[in-house]
Amino acid sequence: MDSLEVGLNQILSKAQKVRWQVGSVREVIVKSIYEQAQEITEKVVTTKEAEEDLDRKIDNIVTSKILGYPLMIALLGLVFWLTISGANLPSQILADLLFGFQHRLTTFFHWISAPEWLHGVLVLGLYRCLAWVVSVMLPPMAIFFPLFTFLEDLGYLPRVAFNLDKLFKRAGAHGKQILTMCMGFGCNAAGVIACRIIESPRERLIAILTNNFVPCNGRFPTLIAMAAVFLGILVSKESNLLASALVAGVVVLGVFITLLVSWILSKTVLKGVPSTFTLELPPYRWPKIGTLLIRSVLDRTLFVLMRAVIVAAPAGVVIWTLANIEVANLSIIGYLAGWLQGFGRLIGLDGYIILAFILGLPANEIVIPILIMSYLSQGTMLELDSIEALRQLLIANGWTWLTALNMILFSLLHFPCATTLLTIRRETQSIRWTWLAALIPTTVAVVVCFLLAQTARVLGLV
Amino acid sequence: MQVTGLQEFLERIEENKGDAVIALAGNPNTGKSTVFNSLTGLNQHTGNWPGKTVVFAKGSYRYKKKNITLVDLPGAYSLLANSADEQVARDFICFGKPDATVVVVDATCLERNLNLALQVMEITPQTILCVNLIDEAKRKKMAIDFSKLADLLGVPVIPTVARDKVGLLDLKESIHRVVFEKQLLQPRRIVYNKVIESAIEKIQEEVEVLVHGSLNSRWVALRLLDGDPTIIREIFNHLQRMDPGDQQSKRALKVVEDCG
Amino acid sequence: MLDQVFALTYLPIGRKAQVIKVGTEGLIRNRLLDLGFVPSAIVEAIRKSPAGDPIAYRIRGAVIALRSEESRQIQVRVVD
Ligand SMILES: Nc1nc2c(ncn2[C@@H]2O[C@H](COP(=O)(O)OP(=O)(O)OP(=O)(O)O)[C@@H](O)[C@H]2O)c(=O)[nH]1
Ligand SMILES: [Mg+2]
Repeated sequence: MDSLEVGLNQILSKAQKVRWQVGSVREVIVKSIYEQAQEITEKVVTTKEAEEDLDRKIDNIVTSKILGYPLMIALLGLVFWLTISGANLPSQILADLLFGFQHRLTTFFHWISAPEWLHGVLVLGLYRCLAWVVSVMLPPMAIFFPLFTFLEDLGYLPRVAFNLDKLFKRAGAHGKQILTMCMGFGCNAAGVIACRIIESPRERLIAILTNNFVPCNGRFPTLIAMAAVFLGILVSKESNLLASALVAGVVVLGVFITLLVSWILSKTVLKGVPSTFTLELPPYRWPKIGTLLIRSVLDRTLFVLMRAVIVAAPAGVVIWTLANIEVANLSIIGYLAGWLQGFGRLIGLDGYIILAFILGLPANEIVIPILIMSYLSQGTMLELDSIEALRQLLIANGWTWLTALNMILFSLLHFPCATTLLTIRRETQSIRWTWLAALIPTTVAVVVCFLLAQTARVLGLV
Repeated sequence: MQVTGLQEFLERIEENKGDAVIALAGNPNTGKSTVFNSLTGLNQHTGNWPGKTVVFAKGSYRYKKKNITLVDLPGAYSLLANSADEQVARDFICFGKPDATVVVVDATCLERNLNLALQVMEITPQTILCVNLIDEAKRKKMAIDFSKLADLLGVPVIPTVARDKVGLLDLKESIHRVVFEKQLLQPRRIVYNKVIESAIEKIQEEVEVLVHGSLNSRWVALRLLDGDPTIIREIFNHLQRMDPGDQQSKRALKVVEDCG
Repeated sequence: MLDQVFALTYLPIGRKAQVIKVGTEGLIRNRLLDLGFVPSAIVEAIRKSPAGDPIAYRIRGAVIALRSEESRQIQVRVVD
């Protein structure tokens, strides 16, 4: 033992002695600091009036026993209603513009007498896929993101966590999981990263594994379009109100499944009791609308759109090619979908839908374009620029209300996109958890869709 | 699950650090990221809930011919706790050796925020207090005597409304003075009760030998007294990093590990 | 009730109390201390979540919600 080691040991034992003497050194330290902070504050701050109680009044309503929960659901519905009804017109205009331009492109390709396959790959594949993604995604996102950012900047999200915490506690999860789920609305990968605010590794893993049950922005357009198709088949008239109620219901179902899966996880692979939970409810702050609009459109909307476009362009090329290379009178897509057909039918979908979800792994935005392109390659239809046209196409391909409903459920519940999976891999440093993060939702999706399909068939509803 | 990644981040900062590195610390939700964005022109996400920022962000700005690297840290209530998000902030302030630390505090909630500011001042004298959200304080009809606050704390105090870019020039000027014009700061020292003060006195000299100037010995003495193993381990890890050949700190680290 | 010491969980909404003691050990305790729940601090029960738990408290100027597991560990005495 040299002098240093002796020295350090001496220090540590002296420290130990002080701890015995004082009881909790930590408590004394923290108390002294806080007391001095208090002393300084009293010297420099003068409050002329009693503290503002507007916050209190708002909170009295927002977290009230009677109104608290209904208000949350109403707000959710309102956000979707504004998104859906606000996006209709711009979506239609964008579609008219972009698909109108497609005709010009086609004319141009004929004029330079380009080979048919080149026109197919670039115009019918790449361009059309992009046009669909942009016209269907951009308007809802440009409305949803500012609305959501408004609620976030206002300070509403911690109140949601406050209201729902008890449910999460019962499920053995952390109350802040709700905040991470809110981030998941924008993008599940972001939601997974946000899970870092949860300190306990167990509860953090639960939050990571279930984040996918919140539909991200890449899936909203799918949900919205399918809600319209579903309602169209079922009640044969379009209603923004019903569609938004349906989408809000889907989100609530997602929360319910999150709770259920969290509960199962905390009773099995992630056993344990809830750890500490402390949550600050910050004062409401009125957002700056100008900055909010600019930031949420530029940073979030365009960012997400760009990512979707980057995936959609090559995907369009690949899908068109697969759909148009024929072997013995059947396209490659036809073969692939054929193999999946049995399984698809079993869970109330079809082979093409399953294939679209699998090929859509890189990004959820491209699931519908893939599906449309594979149906279109069957030659039933050439134009597709409205929800009505989409509904006709789908019905022509054997869709019923059940197919549309199961498509919604599968989209809500299925495996996360590749970006999210990579993020999970990075955050958990574990292949095993990453696999589970893909397997758990997929199992849930298959089971739910299977049960629904079989029930509907047994009851003779389809 | 690795959350901090401090080592990696420090290397990334070293790569391209300009003339000075400034850390932005503070309680959650006080507007650190908003200050960061306003100064650097970047777009770190902000939001009105505690815990929005969970990772380091690095940006830079230029003022009076100097390139300043700014680091946006996750919010922390305290530098003592060992929860992951707060550890990130603590490790950077304690061991990342920024040239100055700007503590962003919420003007409407000064008492709670000064708790953290005082802790930062305990570690490093190069501290600047940025009292943000003074628009909210005005709305709540609170009056704050900033010059008195500066006197009491012994560090510069800059009132700001980060969202409206009010007071940011003053902040830049203050940073410049502290870092490049060597403005002398004498931060207020927290005085503890007699037992603890005399204990600090007893071990501070020996601690000084251990840390030989690379950390504040009073602060290290306090942590040893407190006996929180994670901080103590991090302290000796740091000493080891500073001087990899140093047998002393290597053995010290071992002693600490043995003690748990 | 005035001189009684009891757990913070039972502090009625709208009442103020003084922290007497923070029980428990380890991480929870440190966390509560850091949030300002140190002996002699004044804490006010502000509101209950619609489900009854957690409860939000005003402590040193901020509103902090605690689950009953945590607030049970804090001993207080009513002051107002
Ligand atoms: N009224 C007002 N609001 C502000 C000001 N500065 C920031 N804000 C708002 O306060 C909220 C929090 O700001 P952030 O910059 O995200 O806070 P932060 O300190 O980085 O928070 P964490 O990363 O969670 O620790 C945001 O909604 C900002 O728009 C200000 O000076 N005045
Ligand atoms: Mg931040």
